[in-house]
Amino acid sequence: MKLTYWQLNLLILFILLSIWFLVSFGFGIIWSENLDQIKFGGFKLGFWFAQQGSIYFFVIIIFIYIFLMNKLDKKFYSNHQEKDKDKD
Amino acid sequence: MSLQALTYLFVGLSFTIYIAIAIWSRAKSTNDFYIAGKEVNPVANGMATAADWMSAASFISMAGLIAFLGKDGSVYLMGWTGGYVLLALLLAPYLRKFGKYTVPDFIGTRYYSKAARLVAIICLIFISFTYVAGQMRGVGIVFSRFLEVDINVGVVIGMLIVFFYAVLGGMKGITYTQVAQYCVLIFAYLVPAIFISILVTNNPIPQLGFGDQISGTSTYLLDRLDQISEELGFTAYTENSKTNIDIFFITAALMFGTAGLPHVIVRFFTVPKVSDARKSAGYALIFIALLYTTAPAVSAFAKMNFIDSVQEVEYESAPNWFKNWEDIGLIAWKDKNEDGVIDYYPGNALKGVKPKYTNERGKYNERVVSNDIDSSNLNEVYIDNDIMVLANPEIAKLPNWVIALVAAGALAAALSTAAGLLLVISASISHDLLKKMVMPKITEKQELLFARCSAAIAIFIAGLFGIYPPGFVAQVVAFAFGLAASTIFPVLFMGIFYKRLNKQGAIAGMLSGLISTSSYIIYFKFISPDLNNSNNWLFGISPEGFGFLGMIINFTIALIVSNFYSKPPNEIYQMIDDIRKP
Repeated sequence: MKLTYWQLNLLILFILLSIWFLVSFGFGIIWSENLDQIKFGGFKLGFWFAQQGSIYFFVIIIFIYIFLMNKLDKKFYSNHQEKDKDKD
Repeated sequence: MSLQALTYLFVGLSFTIYIAIAIWSRAKSTNDFYIAGKEVNPVANGMATAADWMSAASFISMAGLIAFLGKDGSVYLMGWTGGYVLLALLLAPYLRKFGKYTVPDFIGTRYYSKAARLVAIICLIFISFTYVAGQMRGVGIVFSRFLEVDINVGVVIGMLIVFFYAVLGGMKGITYTQVAQYCVLIFAYLVPAIFISILVTNNPIPQLGFGDQISGTSTYLLDRLDQISEELGFTAYTENSKTNIDIFFITAALMFGTAGLPHVIVRFFTVPKVSDARKSAGYALIFIALLYTTAPAVSAFAKMNFIDSVQEVEYESAPNWFKNWEDIGLIAWKDKNEDGVIDYYPGNALKGVKPKYTNERGKYNERVVSNDIDSSNLNEVYIDNDIMVLANPEIAKLPNWVIALVAAGALAAALSTAAGLLLVISASISHDLLKKMVMPKITEKQELLFARCSAAIAIFIAGLFGIYPPGFVAQVVAFAFGLAASTIFPVLFMGIFYKRLNKQGAIAGMLSGLISTSSYIIYFKFISPDLNNSNNWLFGISPEGFGFLGMIINFTIALIVSNFYSKPPNEIYQMIDDIRKP
């Protein structure tokens, strides 16, 4: 079965939003205290995710999204010109 | 040069740049005025978005808030950045493809309903004014401390500057000024942070320095903070004092609220292509993250410096900044045990929390406050969170030019956000209310005139908020995010991802989110503030986090109601198919 552009888009969203949830709500809140047992430098790991790590991951997630969507756009719509520019 | 001369120089210079940019980028059409002619480069748009987003609250208050909250403060860090992931992945590209001017435009068209548009306009205006009030207060504080003019004069100067570039330049003027303002504010934030990081830990990168050892010792900064916090009776700095469920809900409400804030969403309408909308969300988050990852480091340094320099110090030999900020009204000291020494401990020093100053001076020349003493604790110091960033360079004894720079940066942060909000308000009045609902026959030229007029009126009202600050500003910020999360985000999201949602469902959803969230917040913040504690909260969720529950209510009601009414018309299905293509 071949997935459509929209289905692939949803798949990408699902995977990336799961990572988004894991690094913030997961590591930064729910399991934060468990991760605090691990230390690197002066940081407890759970504290680091809550105040630093989650933000770095957010940036990475968006750029992976940009990369994947540009590839997807090219695969499905490479023949189309950017007709959107003068739409209104 | 004296501190004041330097401050005038820096602030004057930055204001000149903003005005020059405004003249250069005047708006000539409604297209220019609302969405900058859709020709903004995604990197520039990312910077403008970041400046628009990072308000006086982010610049001035956040680090101080985190310094006092410790790990609990993470809700702001994650909440105000994580929302950009939702924006970039779930909303921005599709709304850009839709290609109109405002958020109510999308809601009105997608749900083929003027009523839906009207509900959206009401939510939007409420959210935006809430926000603006805070910005103008920030402008007033900075002017009164650093330029030593009256707060009101400061607000009027701020209003004139914003008036100039917002009314003249519209979105186009605002966007390019915001690019300049971003550069000023980030520079002003990073320079003192780097200085202090080197001072405290010998590490020039604050993000790493704050996990490093205090210079000259082998103790980690965070360990030392935990230790002194516990010694004084506070919760350890790196541990939560709120419950996990509350932290979860507050973070979620802030994230979904961020993604539903109209003045942020509208930024993604200004770029040329759909792919640019994604790209500029990514750049925006990089630029925002630069400040947001520095802020917790600033908090940790500031907290330690603060405790080290005032705890158990005699008032008469307290550092100058302590007395300066006492004069401004952001610090108060009440010598409970009458030993002339400053004691800083957990709890409120004064009954009613905020100090009520009298004109008298006390035994040690401190300002006398008329509040009753809160004798349930030993704390003698009231500190407003805001001073942590503003006084940080003074506390760390940095050179005067750094302090002047912070003043210019704080003004840039406040003005850029105020301008962005005012534009959203004016567009929703001239475009959504007048052009689309009340008088559809006006020409583009008339609409542009109306847009300028409503921007001018909005600035005037915002100025009044600055001069006569409503006492409830701090409380209503939770309101703005709660409402954005519980009203605007769900209808935008379902508008794109769920074709079957009809207008009845959308309106019922927005109203249920609006009513549930506002009654919960109004009840605990205004009607019975004394009941505002975890014993009375629903599922242990504080009013700050209720927006997320309001959002779930919105989704549920919208889906149920939608099923009782007929499908949306075929044009809507086609429209959604169209916005789903790049």
